[in-house]
Amino acid sequence: MADMRTPLSRARGLGSAKKGTEHFWMQRVTALANIPLTVFLVGALVVHAGSDYTTMTGFLGNPFIGVVLLLLILSACYHMRLGMQVVIEDYVHGEATKLLALIVNQFFTLTIAIACALAVAKLVIG
Amino acid sequence: MSEPSKTARPLSPHIQIYRWTLTMMLSILHRASGIALYAGTGLLAWWLLAAASGPDAYSVVQGVSSAWYGRLVLFGYTWALFHHMFGGIRHFIWDTGRGFDLKHVEILARITALVPPVLTLIVWVAAYAYLGAF
Repeated sequence: MADMRTPLSRARGLGSAKKGTEHFWMQRVTALANIPLTVFLVGALVVHAGSDYTTMTGFLGNPFIGVVLLLLILSACYHMRLGMQVVIEDYVHGEATKLLALIVNQFFTLTIAIACALAVAKLVIG
Repeated sequence: MSEPSKTARPLSPHIQIYRWTLTMMLSILHRASGIALYAGTGLLAWWLLAAASGPDAYSVVQGVSSAWYGRLVLFGYTWALFHHMFGGIRHFIWDTGRGFDLKHVEILARITALVPPVLTLIVWVAAYAYLGAF
């Protein structure tokens, strides 16, 4: 039997993917999280300006500090992936180069995130 | 999506034709500082990996970060962080629907331009104090 519904009602029946605002929303959520997290990092670096290796690794090896650093790494890398994606979409107009740049962006941000996270994990767990 | 046709169409003038305004400069600086911070995370990763690797790797980071050029980069890094942060806070204010009238746009622009350099200087004076410079 033929579908008597209008194209609009068919589209409505499918529902939205609920992802239309995900980029905007996650950009804002990570931006908000980045504020206290970076203030913490800057503060910690100021206090440890004259610290030697042992003091510094002792500080970075503290699990409580490690949690904050992991949150910062995750939030900052997510945020910068979204930001660079917009920059690429604005300035790179060739389809192939744009796609390549977007993929490099994914690789770079994920690499930084994993490198930092692994370093923090080693400092905490030893 | 199909490629758009390459017909030569009249273009609207680009930035070089407009009078420079503070809001325009801040908009450009927000993006520029974001790109700088993006690259700067490489330094964060290097620092953390070096600390996790051992004293030899860490002393290389310490050598570079205490040299004049290292300090210069870190000073710029600090400013970029604060600049991007205050630009972001300004966007949060706009997200609530407030601050769009010309008067408040100008006030917010001045705050966004002036507070980050002041905070950067405070942070560096404090860091040098912890280093025992005073």
